[in-house]
Amino acid sequence: MIKEIRQLNIMLIDELPERSMAMEKLLTNLGHKIIARASAGEDLTVLVNRYLPDIIIVDMDSPDRDMLEQMQSINSDHPRPVVMFTNDDDSQTIQKAVKAGVTAYIVDGLQPQRVMPILETAIARFKEYQSIRNELEKTRNTLEERKLIARAKSIVMKQSKYDEETAHKSMQKIAMSRNMKLVDLARSIIAAAELLK
Amino acid sequence: MNKPEKNNLKLGFIPLTDCCVLAIASEKGMFEKYGLNVELSKEASWANIRDKVCVGALDGAHMLAGIPIATTLGLGFTKKPMVTAFSINLNGNAITVSNGLYERLLAIDENIARDRKRTAMALKQLIEEDKYSGKAPLTFAMVYPYSSHNYELQYWMASAGIDPAHDVNLRVIPPQYMVRNLQEGQIDGYCAGGPWNSYAVKENIGKILITGYEIWNYSPEKVLGVTREWAENYPDTHFALIMSLLEAAAWIEQPKNRVAVIEILAKEKYIGISEEVIGMSMADNYQYESNGQIISIPDHNVFHRYLANYPWRSHAIWIMTQMYRWGQFDQVVNIRETVEEIYRPDIYRQAAQQLNMNSPTIDYKTEGQHQDAWSLQNVEMGADAFFDGQVFDSEKSLDYLTGFDVHNLKVDLEELKKLNQS
Repeated sequence: MIKEIRQLNIMLIDELPERSMAMEKLLTNLGHKIIARASAGEDLTVLVNRYLPDIIIVDMDSPDRDMLEQMQSINSDHPRPVVMFTNDDDSQTIQKAVKAGVTAYIVDGLQPQRVMPILETAIARFKEYQSIRNELEKTRNTLEERKLIARAKSIVMKQSKYDEETAHKSMQKIAMSRNMKLVDLARSIIAAAELLK
Repeated sequence: MNKPEKNNLKLGFIPLTDCCVLAIASEKGMFEKYGLNVELSKEASWANIRDKVCVGALDGAHMLAGIPIATTLGLGFTKKPMVTAFSINLNGNAITVSNGLYERLLAIDENIARDRKRTAMALKQLIEEDKYSGKAPLTFAMVYPYSSHNYELQYWMASAGIDPAHDVNLRVIPPQYMVRNLQEGQIDGYCAGGPWNSYAVKENIGKILITGYEIWNYSPEKVLGVTREWAENYPDTHFALIMSLLEAAAWIEQPKNRVAVIEILAKEKYIGISEEVIGMSMADNYQYESNGQIISIPDHNVFHRYLANYPWRSHAIWIMTQMYRWGQFDQVVNIRETVEEIYRPDIYRQAAQQLNMNSPTIDYKTEGQHQDAWSLQNVEMGADAFFDGQVFDSEKSLDYLTGFDVHNLKVDLEELKKLNQS
């Protein structure tokens, strides 16, 4: 059975052009597309936002790794999965690291049969990580929103001498008539109260 | 003390002025003296350093003080228990801005150069004016999320009411690319270590606005980081390593040796930049701007005096408060128990004792109480003030954490308080 191969749009970051040429050739032969290249010290946020690659492949000896890690932790920076390639003499230990799941490296750079599984694993692991994070973010936001609504409600209760239920209902009514979310109305109420303090 | 279990070691470093403690221990025979044969490996990124130490490709490394904590907590993609028993240095950073931004700040407050504390307020006013006129926010860079540079930069901004998450763009850029990004206008300013601030001054591309020393006089900078597993497997090697580094740090601290340190650091295998630039950030002739007055800031780089090599657990707690404050960490943990696993003054004390060097009997100290030199258990200590006059008592770290007006807290404070009640 022939396994269907998905074409990946790849961004390649390398300090040494001759090495990235070889990597590029290998990936192109596997049916993938290099949509962007970057060399040392370029503003990667701009490039990533422009090209939105499926995956970023970076030379392990590029100082840009620190920048890429930071971008992965900021949602507005469009996090992408990142793998590293290395040809250095630490490859044995690094291979162990890949097995242990510490991080995804493409070891010894250029063995076609090894590259694909690593790319696929990196993408899968990244998706899993992102979905867990988004879930956490959602829970946290709901909690934040509830706190804001409760605070706004207590302001309304104090100002209008309403009980809790009436305050809640009147807020809901206004939010609905203005086509805004209850939490956004709560934010406005809190801001106004601070202004009038 | 027993012989080291392991003689051949590989240690990683990032080409920055404070890698000199490892460089001198190697060049001046301190490693050899304690039976170690050390290969130093110049690394490209903090992420590489962290990963290579975690998988055993390096025995240990020159690390930002935040890295052993972040890695133990599982922040930044790799989780592994780490240990530090040796602090490499205090201070050494600065915030540099483009010449254009500096002119604008000077127009707002002409006294910023005379009183550097005013710089943050001037920036706050500038940001408000920009918001009002609809200008795009400024972009600042730092070298790594779990770095003193990040925490100093955000502390400085927030003290004036600037919210770093909303009022500016914050980016990570490797230190050696900062000056180029500043020149090309990709960023308006950055916080980095030496020699990358002096380099901007030397090339007249930017001006130093305030040094890290002026933000906090006693700021922990780099440490020797190893995995906990390594520390447990090779305790005598760890002692030997700390003893060699202690001797190297003491050697560097003698003023007569600074020229030799600068010569060694300038070599390609370490930083590979001119002695003049390294000298500007390491010798006691500081310049905030090109052709500016030469100023003495003797405590801008502290390598050994003031118990600089002691791994203060209170420093680790301060770092954790900032991880919480800026939303990098959101888990409820017992802070004290966590830092006691990572910061190991007990190991340091045993090594120092072998060298007949003083070490304190306490693991925690209050920060921000001393504007001038003071004495701790008969050891001369430097000032430890924060520029906004705040005091940090690690016993009351949660009060400290909740006392900040500007923050991006994500942890459940009630739960954190419950778990950290003594």
